[in-house]
Amino acid sequence: MARVVVDVMLKPEILDPQGQAVQRALPRLGFEGVSDVRQGKRFELEVDGPVDDSALARIHELAESFLANTVIEDFTVKVEEVKAEAGK
Amino acid sequence: MSRTPLDTVEHAAATPDVELPWAELGLKKDEYERVVEILGRRPTGAELAMYSVMWSEHCSYKSSKVHLRQFGEKAPESDALLVGIGENAGVVDVGHGYAVTFKVESHNHPSYVEPYQGAATGVGGIVRDIIAMGARPVAVVDPLRFGAADHPDTKRVLPGVVAGIGGYGNCLGLPNIGGEVVFDSCYQGNPLVNAGAIGVMRHEDIHLAKASGAGNKVILYGARTGGDGIGGASILASETFDDAKPSKRPAVQVGDPFQEKLLIECTLEAFQEKLVVGIQDLGAAGLSCATSELASNGSGGMRVTLDDVPLRDSTLSPEEILMSESQERMCAVVEPEKVDRFLEICDKWDVIATVIGEVTDGDRLEIYWHGGKIVDVDPRTVAHDGPVYERPYARPSWQDELQADDANKLPRPSSADELKDQVLKLVASPNQASKSWITSQYDHFVQGNTVLAQPEDSGMIRVDEESGLGVAIATDGNGRYAKLDPYAGAQLALAEAYRNVATTGAKPLAVSDCLNFGSPEDPAVMWQFAEAVRGLADACQQLGTPVTGGNVSLYNQTGEVAIHPTPVVAVLGVIDDVARRTPVAFQEEGQLLYLLGDTREEFGGSAWSQVVHDHLGGLPPQVDLERERLLAEILISASRDGMIDSAHDLSDGGLIQAVVESALLGGKGARLVVPDGLDAFTFLLSESAGRAVVAVPRSEEVRFNDMCGARGLPVTRVGVVDGDSVEVQGEFTLTLEELRKAHEETIPALLA
Repeated sequence: MARVVVDVMLKPEILDPQGQAVQRALPRLGFEGVSDVRQGKRFELEVDGPVDDSALARIHELAESFLANTVIEDFTVKVEEVKAEAGK
Repeated sequence: MSRTPLDTVEHAAATPDVELPWAELGLKKDEYERVVEILGRRPTGAELAMYSVMWSEHCSYKSSKVHLRQFGEKAPESDALLVGIGENAGVVDVGHGYAVTFKVESHNHPSYVEPYQGAATGVGGIVRDIIAMGARPVAVVDPLRFGAADHPDTKRVLPGVVAGIGGYGNCLGLPNIGGEVVFDSCYQGNPLVNAGAIGVMRHEDIHLAKASGAGNKVILYGARTGGDGIGGASILASETFDDAKPSKRPAVQVGDPFQEKLLIECTLEAFQEKLVVGIQDLGAAGLSCATSELASNGSGGMRVTLDDVPLRDSTLSPEEILMSESQERMCAVVEPEKVDRFLEICDKWDVIATVIGEVTDGDRLEIYWHGGKIVDVDPRTVAHDGPVYERPYARPSWQDELQADDANKLPRPSSADELKDQVLKLVASPNQASKSWITSQYDHFVQGNTVLAQPEDSGMIRVDEESGLGVAIATDGNGRYAKLDPYAGAQLALAEAYRNVATTGAKPLAVSDCLNFGSPEDPAVMWQFAEAVRGLADACQQLGTPVTGGNVSLYNQTGEVAIHPTPVVAVLGVIDDVARRTPVAFQEEGQLLYLLGDTREEFGGSAWSQVVHDHLGGLPPQVDLERERLLAEILISASRDGMIDSAHDLSDGGLIQAVVESALLGGKGARLVVPDGLDAFTFLLSESAGRAVVAVPRSEEVRFNDMCGARGLPVTRVGVVDGDSVEVQGEFTLTLEELRKAHEETIPALLA
């Protein structure tokens, strides 16, 4: 079993009101020195079976058509091996 | 990184042979040559950016201008009109010192690309037009048109659009009180997302978009400027002037309703303290539009330092800054001694505000970047003297054939059972079905002044709590009628909106329109447009309701196929006391149902012909504007004097559709009797214009009949409010339960 992580971010030139709200809140809370914040989404997909090229292609497809709105968002796909749990 | 030298005015004059990407920016060869002629040299990149966006169809109305003039030339005398066409929005006097501003605009293309943000920023844009007039926005309306209800792409576009409108409008705290939702396969690749807004102010608070008084400061305030919505400019900036720039920028703009809310409050507070000489919102064409329009409407020139514009993305080129359509920005002209106070107010509301220039005593618009002068133009040539086209137009060859394909000759139901089935099918069809699944996603009652909202005939807002003074607005348009006859179709759109306003008890005062058509380069489309404008201008003249402003959206087509010509008309009305309004819902059993107006065999473009026969042909219903005016007067008087308890205008779907809606909303049935001289089918389903059905308490029967008789309005008793079914005597009975299921389950089943 493996974990595939899909990170979705607004494209750099698209306005990010949420990120801006976080950025504006930081100095109020005493955290200085952060000039910009952009907020994204992270999806962790637990995949049955081996993560081979065809599995990745499927994940790419589902990310493109469902997880991300590619008109305004970019996404990246990366594989994370899950450590076998003890006792299994 | 090697940079090409800054393309200043001086540089442009010295390098006349540099090729500019005018064609990629959408300019025609002769338009580009005209720019060169105006300037007496080649334009700089920044100047070219400004001319190209301001001379685009969207901003310059170059194809439609010659026709739109009729709205001014034929404008009826109206004491109510305070500000007419040409400003951000028209303003109408509604009495008691109050003025109301309203306007409808399109956001069709962006909403197809990115439904949520496209629709959301459509709401944001129209609301800023209202603020720019000095008014507090009080309500929005959204006339929407999508492809076939069961098409998969409709399921992509519609929920996004609806969520976007709700998301933005609800966050702003503005009630959504009206609009329409129409499905037709002609809008499949080109949905129409029109947005309207209403604002209220005192007469003395009206503000205009002009920059006067040399030395006055130009302040840009609101959101930072980013790379949003830069269409053609990316080509200009990234490929020609600086190859090292990030690749293309998206045309999608993302809105931030909370920023817009701050902008509303901050602007109104500045108005309150009389700090503002002139104001303009930044919409299409962004700073190019705001600076050139403010300067050309004022007395002097303007000097702007583009380096002072607060940026979200420091890599933007000056051309991109000028063309950016970043949302939630406004531009104000403020006297120097009031600048500090203005900035203080912006700071209080957490709104970024920057002095970016000043009004000069010259007549040039000059823009500087890194110390170099990159724009030096007569602002009028940018904002007002764009190209004007007398595009060829011709009645399409298929028009005769379409009109000859008479819907009155379609097979009609041959038995009572068949009629019943067709009625049930009609009220369940996507266009006639309840839209509450959509409209319930919008906030209707926030702010506490909403008197009527969908599915009433018009939305109504209380303006003055003491007197009960209110305004009503209705938007209507029927692309099927307009396809059959664009002249009559536009008049029918106006007649229906006018009737809808009067049905709720308000007096129609003024009109705004959103004219959605295909490509103006197609003579057939141009003919449709010319006919629709002529029809609307003639009808406005006759009804005494001037057009105060609006918007034209062209190129609504997929490949060679244009949408139905779709003039959407908004009518604004005033009511002295909103407590006197007339609702759609039946109120009390035993009340008598009267049909006002004449019913003829008119099925061309009807809902019946679409639902039962999938047919479009023949002629739309006959237009009789004097009758519309008389009907409106009767409905208003009857409402004011308490002679009717409910009323519903008759339009698509005819009488049965109206009665079913009133019955379902009131939870009370009706018994209908087919009047003498009419067959049941025509009685129930014809779409003759100039009609309404009203419920009259028995105590008012004589008085109401006398009034109609004295004024010469045909009135026919057609039934009574009664029971828990809709019964057409001698024909069929449908229980409210059956009808409710049919009417209310369609839309959620298709889209939820």
